[in-house]
Amino acid sequence: MAQFDVKINGKKHSVDVDPETPLLWVLRDNFKLVGTKYGCGIAQCGACTVHFNGSAVRSCQVPISAVEDNEITTIEGLSENGDHPVQKAWLEHDVPQCGYCQAGQIMAATALLKNNPSPSDSEIEEVMNGNICRCGTYNRIKAAIKSASQTV
Amino acid sequence: MKKVKTGMGRRSFIKNVSLVGGGLLIGFNWLACKQAAEENGGEVAMQMPDEWFELNGYLKIGDNGIVTIYSPNPEIGQNVKTAMPMLVAEELDVDWSNVIVEQAPLNLDVFTRQLAGGSQSIRQGWEPLRMAGATAKQMLLSAAAKEWEVPVSELSVDKGIISHKASDRSIGYGEIAKAATKIEVPKEIELKDNSDFKIIGTSRKNVDAKKIVTGKPLYGLDSYEDDMLIAMIVQPPAFGMEFKSMDATKAKEMPGIKDIFTIDTYPEAMEREWSDVAAFSKLVVVVGESTWQVMQAKKALNVEWDLKPDLTHQVQILEKSPGMEETGGLENSDMHTALMNDAGPAKSEVVRKDGDPESAFKNAARVIERSYSCPFLAHNCMEPMNFYANVTDEKAELLGPIQTPEFAEKSVNKRLGFELDKIDVQMTRMGGGFGRRLYGNFLVEAAVISQKMKKPIKLVYTREDDMANGVYRPAYKVSYRAALDANNNITAFHVNAGGITESPLFANRFPAGAIDNYLAESWTIDSSISTGAFRAPRSNFIAGAEQSFLDELAEEVGKDPIQFRLDMLKRAKNDPVGEENDYDPVRYAGVLELVRDKAGWNNNNSTSSKGVAAYYCHNSYVAQILEMDLKDNEPVIDKVTCAVDCGIVVNPDAAKNMVEGGTIDGIGHALYSELSFKDGAVQQNNFDSYRLIRHREAPKKIDVHFVENGIDPTGLGEPPFPPVQGALANALYKATGKRIYKQPFLPEITAESRELKT
Repeated sequence: MAQFDVKINGKKHSVDVDPETPLLWVLRDNFKLVGTKYGCGIAQCGACTVHFNGSAVRSCQVPISAVEDNEITTIEGLSENGDHPVQKAWLEHDVPQCGYCQAGQIMAATALLKNNPSPSDSEIEEVMNGNICRCGTYNRIKAAIKSASQTV
Repeated sequence: MKKVKTGMGRRSFIKNVSLVGGGLLIGFNWLACKQAAEENGGEVAMQMPDEWFELNGYLKIGDNGIVTIYSPNPEIGQNVKTAMPMLVAEELDVDWSNVIVEQAPLNLDVFTRQLAGGSQSIRQGWEPLRMAGATAKQMLLSAAAKEWEVPVSELSVDKGIISHKASDRSIGYGEIAKAATKIEVPKEIELKDNSDFKIIGTSRKNVDAKKIVTGKPLYGLDSYEDDMLIAMIVQPPAFGMEFKSMDATKAKEMPGIKDIFTIDTYPEAMEREWSDVAAFSKLVVVVGESTWQVMQAKKALNVEWDLKPDLTHQVQILEKSPGMEETGGLENSDMHTALMNDAGPAKSEVVRKDGDPESAFKNAARVIERSYSCPFLAHNCMEPMNFYANVTDEKAELLGPIQTPEFAEKSVNKRLGFELDKIDVQMTRMGGGFGRRLYGNFLVEAAVISQKMKKPIKLVYTREDDMANGVYRPAYKVSYRAALDANNNITAFHVNAGGITESPLFANRFPAGAIDNYLAESWTIDSSISTGAFRAPRSNFIAGAEQSFLDELAEEVGKDPIQFRLDMLKRAKNDPVGEENDYDPVRYAGVLELVRDKAGWNNNNSTSSKGVAAYYCHNSYVAQILEMDLKDNEPVIDKVTCAVDCGIVVNPDAAKNMVEGGTIDGIGHALYSELSFKDGAVQQNNFDSYRLIRHREAPKKIDVHFVENGIDPTGLGEPPFPPVQGALANALYKATGKRIYKQPFLPEITAESRELKT
C-alpha cells in the first residue's frame, strides 16, 4: 500500500492503495467515478477508456503508480454540463442501446477528433475498432462522430 | 375508440388501484430516490413539485403538472424504459416533455410480467400500460367535471390541460390531481383509436441517454454503499468438475481480505425455479474491501478440484427446462461434433408429419440433402454478472441487473427462507441481457454471501468468470432433405434437428404448411455443459440454416430466391397443409416484397454479392438483403436492407436502432463467435480469444423499413437477429462460390481460400 496524489478531471485526489492497482479500479472503488466501465480487464473491449494527457488509454492497464502528475480525464470530466460536442452528437443520434460501453466509446471518439478533426470513415473504423459494443450500435457511433467532427 | 374493462382479468391492476385508494404508496426506495434527486439537481430543467398524487401504481402527478411514470420491465438495452412509459403517456394525454421516467422495482401487486425476455414487453404491455394512462385520465376528467359541475363529455384534454369550451375554463392535471385521487376508479375506460396517437409512432429519445453519455451511475456494477464489501467467486476450471478442498492461508492474509469460504448456492433439497440454472453450485468466495484486492487474493488461492461423478442426476425443479439435468464428465468439442453427427440423430423423434414423406422421397427424381451446425456461444453482456445484496435478519435487499426479478425473488425465498414481502428486488439498467440474466444464479449467490457476511456486499464476476460460468447458447445441428420431381417441384421436405442440450426445431414454422409431404424430427443430447436462452433462442441458429437451404433449393430448381419463397408462401396461404402452422403467410410475403423493392433486388446494378433471407419469430417478420464483397478473404459488408413487420412501431428511431443492432449482432455471431471445449474447460474466456464483431466489421450501411399495418405491436428485440445469418451465408456463396454449412463462417471461408492457394 502506498499514498498516491493524482489529478482527475482537474481535481486533486489522494488514495492509499497497492501501487499496481489499475487506474480503472481506483476511479471506481475509491473515487466513485463509475462512468469508466469494467468490461474485460485486458485492454480488449475499450469500456474503461479515459484520457491520459489527452490521449485515449485503457485505464485497466494503467497502474495507479504510473499516473503521477499526468492529467486524467474521465467521462465525468469531459464537459461541465454533458454538452461536449461528442456527447451532444451521441444524444442527437440516440446512439446507446444498453449504454454500458458508450462512455468508453465517447472517450475514444473525443481523443480521435482532437487529433484528427475530420476523420474519414476508415480512420473512424480504425480507431474505434478497439471498443466493443455487443448491442451493435457501431453505425450510430460512426454517424455521431461524423456529426461531431463538424462542430469540434 | 376501443372500450376496455379495467377489471378484465387484471387482478394486479385492480388490486393496485384499491391499494392506492387506501392511501398506500408503493415502496420505491433508495435507488429511485437517489436517481430522482440526482436528476433534480442535474440537467433536468423541470421544477420538482411540492406534492405528488398517485392515481394508480403506474404513475403519479405532481401539483405542478409533472408526471412520473414507472417503467415496469427490466431494461437491458431494448429501450422499454422509454417505450413503455410512452404507452402510458399516450392515453394519459400528457406532454412528453413533462414526463419523468423511473424504473419500477419488482412489485407484482401492481405490475404484470416484469420480465425481459421473448421480445414480449411491448406486446404484453400494450393494453395494461395504455389502460393505466387512460384510467388516470378518466379520473382527472371526472374530478374536473365534478368541480365545474359539467358533464365529462363536454371536456377535452390536450397535453395535460383539461378544457371546458362552453364556459372557457381550463385546468392543469397538477391542479386537479388531488381531487382525482378521491374519484372512484372507472370500471370501463376507452382507449384511443390508432389515428389519434400523438406519442405512439413518434420518435422519442432514450430517457436515460443523458445519464449514459455523462457516465452517471446506472448499472448494477455502479452500486456502492459505505460499508459494502466486494465479493468474487472462484469456480471449477471445467464443466464436470467440482470443489474438493482449498488452502486459503496465504490469500486470507492479503491486504483488504475479509473472508474466504465456500457456499452451496443450490443445495440439492432446494426446490428450484426454472431460472435457477447453475453449472457450479458449490463455489469458493473471496470477500474483501476492494475489487483489485479480491482479484489478487483469488490468484493466491490454492483450490483442488475433483471430477464430478460421471452420471446423470435430475435436479429437483418446478418446470422442465433445458440445462437442468446435471451430467458428469469432461467434454471436448470434437466429441460434441461426433455426438451431433451420430448418436443424436439416431434417437430422433417425429414431431410433425404431413402426407407421406417416405413414399415421396422414394419416388423423387432427385433428393437434395444438406447439414448445418453451430457452436456454443457465450452471452458476453458488456457488463459482467454482478449483484448487490444486503441480507439482515429482517430482510433481504437485492439490487442489480436481472431479467427475471419475479423468479429471482422466489429463488431467494426458497434459498434463504425469507417471506416474499421481506425480499426487495430492484432492477438497475443492464449492460446487456441477451438471455443471460434470465438465470439469476449470481443474485442468489450474492444473497447467500451477504447473509453469511452479515454485511452488504456486491458480487462481481470477472470477464473470465462470466464467460466460463455457463448457460450458453446450445450447440445445434440440423439436416434438411428435399425431394424434387422431374419438373423440379418440391414433393417432400424433411427437417431433422437437435442439439446439446436442446433441439432448435420449430416444427410448425415455414416451410411447414407449404409442402404436401413434410416430416420434422427432433433430438437432444445431455451434457455437463450448461445451456440456456440466448437472444432469439433456437431461431438464432435454425433461421440461418433453413434460409441457406432454401437458397440452395431455389438455385437447384432455377428460380429467383425471393420468388421461390413467395411461391411457397402463396401455397401456404391458398391451400395450407396442416392446421398447426404458426405463421401468417401474407405478412411473411409482405416483408419479402418490401425488402425486394427497397433493396432494388431486381434492378440493382451493383457488383456486390447479394443474399436474401426472411424469418418469423417472436410474433414478428423480418426479411433482409445483404450486399458484400470479399477483401483479402474477409467479407466487407456494404449494405443490409431490412424489412420488418412488428405491427405498430411505438418509437420509430429507437426501433430502427434495435434492428440495426440486431443485424450487426447476428452477423457477428455467425461470422466470428465460438465457444469451444477441451476436457470440459472453455477455450475462450476473454475478448482476446473470443471474437465479437467490431466496428470495422459492421455493415457500412443498414437500411431499415417497417411495414405499416396498424396491427398491435409484436416483438422486436430478437427478430432481426436470426435471418441476417442466412442472408450472409447466401451472399457469401455468391462471393466465394462455396456454400457454408458451419458456424462460425469466417474460418470456413479462410480455410477454403487457403486450400485454393496451395
